Amino acid sequence: MAAEAAPRFYLTHEHHPQNGTLFGFWLYLMSDCLVFACLFAVYAVLGRSYAGGPAGAELFELPLVAVNTSLLLLSSITYGFAMLEMQRDRLRTTLFWLAVTGLLGAGFIGIELHEFGNLIHEGAGPQRSAFLSSFFTLVGTHGLHVTFGIVWLVTLMVQSAKHGLIPENRRRLMCLSMFWHFLDVVWVGVFTFVYLMGVLP
Amino acid sequence: MSELTSNLTGRLTWDAIPFNEPILLWTFVAVALGGVAILAAITYFRAWGVLWRDWITSIDHKKIGIMYIILGLVMLLRGFSDAIMMRAQQVLSFGNSMGFLPPHHYDQIFTAHGVIMIFFVAMPLVTGLMNFVVPLQIGARDVAFPFLNNFSFWMTAFGAGLVMMSLFVGEFARTGWLAYPPLSGILYSPDAGVDYYIWSLQIAGVGTLLSGINLIATIVKMRAPGMTLMKMPVFTWTALCTNILIVAAFPVLTAVLALLSLDRYAGTDFFTNELGGNAMMYVNLIWIWGHPEVYILILPAFGVFSEVVSTFSGKRLFGYASMVYATVVITILSYLVWLHHFFTMGSGASVNAFFGITTMIISIPTGAKIFNWLFTMYRGRIRFEVPMLWTIGFMITFVIGGMTGVMLAVPPADFVLHNSLFLVAHFHNVIIGGVLFGMFAGINYWFPKAFGYKLDPFWGKCSFWLWVSGFWFAFMPLYVLGLMGVTRRLSHFDDPALRIWFEIAAFGAGLIFLGIMSLIIQLVVSYRKRASLRDTTGDPWDGRTLEWSTSSPPPAYNFAFTPVVHDNDTWADMKKNGYVRPERGFIPIHMPKNTGAGFVIAALSALAGFAMIWHMWLVACVSFATMLTAVIVHTFNYKRDSHIPAEEVVRVEGIRTRMLASHV
Repeated sequence: MAAEAAPRFYLTHEHHPQNGTLFGFWLYLMSDCLVFACLFAVYAVLGRSYAGGPAGAELFELPLVAVNTSLLLLSSITYGFAMLEMQRDRLRTTLFWLAVTGLLGAGFIGIELHEFGNLIHEGAGPQRSAFLSSFFTLVGTHGLHVTFGIVWLVTLMVQSAKHGLIPENRRRLMCLSMFWHFLDVVWVGVFTFVYLMGVLP
Repeated sequence: MSELTSNLTGRLTWDAIPFNEPILLWTFVAVALGGVAILAAITYFRAWGVLWRDWITSIDHKKIGIMYIILGLVMLLRGFSDAIMMRAQQVLSFGNSMGFLPPHHYDQIFTAHGVIMIFFVAMPLVTGLMNFVVPLQIGARDVAFPFLNNFSFWMTAFGAGLVMMSLFVGEFARTGWLAYPPLSGILYSPDAGVDYYIWSLQIAGVGTLLSGINLIATIVKMRAPGMTLMKMPVFTWTALCTNILIVAAFPVLTAVLALLSLDRYAGTDFFTNELGGNAMMYVNLIWIWGHPEVYILILPAFGVFSEVVSTFSGKRLFGYASMVYATVVITILSYLVWLHHFFTMGSGASVNAFFGITTMIISIPTGAKIFNWLFTMYRGRIRFEVPMLWTIGFMITFVIGGMTGVMLAVPPADFVLHNSLFLVAHFHNVIIGGVLFGMFAGINYWFPKAFGYKLDPFWGKCSFWLWVSGFWFAFMPLYVLGLMGVTRRLSHFDDPALRIWFEIAAFGAGLIFLGIMSLIIQLVVSYRKRASLRDTTGDPWDGRTLEWSTSSPPPAYNFAFTPVVHDNDTWADMKKNGYVRPERGFIPIHMPKNTGAGFVIAALSALAGFAMIWHMWLVACVSFATMLTAVIVHTFNYKRDSHIPAEEVVRVEGIRTRMLASHV
């Protein structure tokens, strides 16, 4: 046996590894990002396959989409306010800004459904052409994400009201915050790539 | 039929049950009798409570890992039955004889064989090994998200359940394992087969994706103090790369299957022949997932071989850093080769040349790995235990498979060989010789860690020799046939000169059958002889990594004290430098609590999938809504932790102290 003391091979206190939730949620977001990447790629391939049907330039109402976009971008700001209030430990104002965020999101979904309804009414539904299939799927998948975000938001509001801003709830609000901003970034892509470029001749 | 009943039962009628197919009917009878016998046995031994509390709701990564491996082995029997039926059909169906399988049944069998072997045999075996081994190797108490782990397993298991159900209720896809449109579109496959395919893969895919996220977070965040990235065991490295591939590839599968289902259910035109659809887009997207998938499977096998070679050569792994870099390079390159799966489908010479070259480049890091293993063995004190045999069998077999792969990577050669039995021989050569041999090496290697006794070496060697020789007999003839121009997926042949090769292949499949039987006998014999095979030390192979520093089987908390790492091959370093096992000073340990939520949510999602397959819209909506509610209700449970009191740790560690003393 060597004379010097053996190196320390274990901790004598309880080891607490870093919490991985936010990191894990990031990973999830990146995987979700790939789903959107596929849908964008599909739209890039099929976006001009009109099959004799209407093109984006004839269908898209940019003023309406502009309102829609502002609602969603605004909701990201109000979610930011909610997070600032959460950091100041103020439950009621946090809930207030979360509610505003949810309403803005609901407004976004409402306008989107209205737009979809109009398109289908005009005979430009997802079955009309490959272009419209990929349009409805890309925009609709984003809308579905926002809808689930709203369900999640309401759940977290109930949980925060019930238990206060305990660490678990703060972590969950952080995750939803990342999710919400992520959807905003995706929407900026949709707005540019589908709507703005879609009305180009 | 009223509106309500059509929403309740959809298109599911008694016609979906294959009463007029004797093979299926007898299989169903056998499965049903077996199932009843198992349920009766569980009831007789009053095991329901234990099963529910200790296994189904368990969030212990070790138990989940074991359940994954059991799932993989059970599904191996199903996938192999399909293989035997195909081999038998191809021997019998010559000239005037049509064999015993009608074409529509044969087509389902080769589809199911591929789907099951990849998704429900190879994936569960790989995920199971990673789940069991990785936390132990990095000195962690569990994975980062233990509940999610349980949920992932049940999603995979219920996905497998849906595939099994297609055997007796309705039919499976007749499209080949990747379900290319337009054949898999609603016009050419209007029945439920492709829907079974879609929903079982979607449900299992969610599980796989979540377990990928889980294991990345585990490896990145939960390594023991001192374990830097370049001190991680190679198996953990390969697990990290595999899970990165899972997270980066499975979303593509999810997306492309979702688009295919929209085509089938909502009448969209992504992959149709009409209205601007583009079927080639499906082929591209599915292979952008599919090629990384084969590396998802093989990398952990490479990790197993690295651990086995270094342990049984009694040496540190040769070229650790190059091994890590080779793994990472393969991870990246695996995204740049997908087009080699369809060289002949009109991409043009320049594109084909690019993808042919990237494909050939992959053989460089892979070759580096082979040389590293050989140099590890060189001048090592090699012990030819069963895991080592599998490793040597792998090295010989896999190199051949790799070389035929490089042949196929040459686009002009591929124009001759594509879609032939040569291709079938090639990928079985690398998947059986690589993935499956790796999993058998891993199971033999870590079994004593999981259950506290070694596997019987005699039956292990029988299994090894039967499998290896069976593999060569079964697939070398297919190389020959492929070179002669025989295409894959045929259920009938006219030229009697080909028959001898199919007979040799069938003989090989028979040897593999005996190999599988030997594996089962090995498990039974080892269980019966467990007293003499007992591993009291926790370190039966003179191992080198941390999992061998704890008892076999490890306690629920894995390590009484979190290890501190100074060197790679941590356990070898600890043994060499005077590690003394602590016997006092134990502290309470904080652990997550079991929950049945994962099982319930996964079951509801399978129900929703089944309802979607059969167009039972009402059932689908209700079960989906219930599943969503179950998820939300589960989030209201904040009490997810428990503590193992110090006295319990003292008791468990005391048992180990006495066991170690009795050994010496």
